[in-house]
Amino acid sequence: MTVVLRARGLGKRYGRRWALQDCNFQIPAGKVVGLVGPNGAGKTTLLQLAVGLLAPTAGTIEVLGGRPAKTPAQLGRVGFVAQETPTYAALSIEDHLHMGAWLNPGWDAELAEHRIERLGLDLSRKAGRLSGGERAQLALTLAIAKRPDLLLLDEPVAGLDPLARREFLQGLMEVVAEHGVSVVLSSHLVADLERVCDYLVVLVASRVRVAGEVETLLASHHRLVGPRRDLATLSADQEVIEESHTERQSTLLVRTDEPILDPAWSVGEVTLEDLVLAYMGRQGQAERVQGSKLEVVR
Amino acid sequence: MIRLTLRQFRTQAVVALGALLVVAVLLAITGPTVVHLAAESAVTKFPGPYLSLHEALSFVLLAIPALIGIFWGAPLVARELETGTFRLAWTQSVTRTRWLAVKLAVLGVSSMVVAGLFSLMVTWWSGPIDRVKLNLFDSAWFGARGITPIGYALFAFALGVTAGVAICRVQPAIVTTLVAFIFARVAVTLWVRPHFLAPVHTSFALTSPMVGIGVVNNAAGATLSASASIPNDWVYSAQIVSKTGHALIPQAVQNAIPDLGAAGGAHAQGVGQEFQTQFQTGIAKLSTTYHVLVTYQPGSRYWAFQGLETTLFIALALALFGVCFWWVRGRVS
Repeated sequence: MTVVLRARGLGKRYGRRWALQDCNFQIPAGKVVGLVGPNGAGKTTLLQLAVGLLAPTAGTIEVLGGRPAKTPAQLGRVGFVAQETPTYAALSIEDHLHMGAWLNPGWDAELAEHRIERLGLDLSRKAGRLSGGERAQLALTLAIAKRPDLLLLDEPVAGLDPLARREFLQGLMEVVAEHGVSVVLSSHLVADLERVCDYLVVLVASRVRVAGEVETLLASHHRLVGPRRDLATLSADQEVIEESHTERQSTLLVRTDEPILDPAWSVGEVTLEDLVLAYMGRQGQAERVQGSKLEVVR
Repeated sequence: MIRLTLRQFRTQAVVALGALLVVAVLLAITGPTVVHLAAESAVTKFPGPYLSLHEALSFVLLAIPALIGIFWGAPLVARELETGTFRLAWTQSVTRTRWLAVKLAVLGVSSMVVAGLFSLMVTWWSGPIDRVKLNLFDSAWFGARGITPIGYALFAFALGVTAGVAICRVQPAIVTTLVAFIFARVAVTLWVRPHFLAPVHTSFALTSPMVGIGVVNNAAGATLSASASIPNDWVYSAQIVSKTGHALIPQAVQNAIPDLGAAGGAHAQGVGQEFQTQFQTGIAKLSTTYHVLVTYQPGSRYWAFQGLETTLFIALALALFGVCFWWVRGRVS
């Protein structure tokens, strides 16, 4: 298995606040990876570390076997679409394509022009006059026409209306199908990722909560509904991610690789959204528990 | 990278070339008249507009480095940081060290060329008037002729870039650049330039036409002071001292020119004939014991000073470039 991104003890601190902490995970090649988490979880920090815009405070990050932004060749292998898809407002689309050609030895001019043409954009238009969706498309074009092995996209669809959002993701999937590029895209909305991702990294409060193939994750998480019971009685291989109880009934979201044999449970499937929300919620619970403890101590 | 730099620099470059062209045409039209009038030794009869233009040109030449710092230097990196486009620029297949190196080289050289051409034109056009009217070694004019504007321009540019990198926002960077540039220019003029080379000391007789003797009234009574005007030299000070190096004793002045106090501090030339005579005789008497010690930089050192000042500012600019590289390479965005 080839690994496109490997983080070991990765951390980034701003002043006294850790934006990212203790990240250990790896992403196999050829995947479309959804990096999901609430706002401020550290998604942007992680992606900027991967592209070399930031340097880690702790640990290491290895991208395509090299250190991010170390050499021009390394920079050329990674395509990046930054949050809010920045472009030069005063330069035309054509200027941007020229820039891509001037700065990237592997530039695929045909691909870039073809994409712009298919989007129906006028080459002479200034980037500052493009709509959010068009600008995102231009940024994506710049990132893929350098023919990277790995494409990183930071909340590329956050500011787009539903139609532009769909078009953007469609365009992205075409690129993946055509060029077999690995992709990591972040979002705080699972719905955006559900349609396109086959791998998921959930980042909550500066830590990676869960990372894995979407299929495996869905297969190993179950919603259990049954009579109310003490969680200590669950079998050892079942990890409770989320729980809610009424007087008579317990509803759990558990992670296990073993089949659920206990006949008292009725077992249900989980959706990706359930799963992500459960992991995000768990963090919230943990914090609440900690918070109340602190109050007691005080 | 060079082509991208040129593309992004295009508008600013066109503005600068346009301004150079306008000035060049203006000076080409009026220049021959200046030369002609000077040849007829009629400089004192220069028409007013020419003298105004002469002053305006010097002022513009003083301002050009600041303008370069503000409009070329400050936005260079700050605008990228402010609008987020650095995330686009720094993720192309070009390291940010090279990105910055090319930008600094292209715009830095352009700054020096523009300032140099401008100074060349102004120095040429003003030459005939300068020769009669000005002492170019004087602090007021030193920075508005010759090669110093080249050094100032590169320095101002570097200052602008550094401020932009440090502050990350264009407008505060512009203000900082302007303030820091003016401070640096004033500081060097007042405190550094006088020490480039050790000054020369020369003694003049009190009666020498090179020196002027004035009257100073202070609490201790009236005494004399000296000033020196030597064409093209930069005079630091002129002091009346005795052969043994002692300062002028008020008593000696009283003895030589008894009416000096009564003259009420008015300048010697401005009062009656009788006092005038007494003053002249007194000066002659004093000059047997006292002379004027003038400390100055001879005019022959003008170009050495121009070279030293330019080198100093270029060295400062290079140091600032070093700071920019260090900052951009390790920057936390």
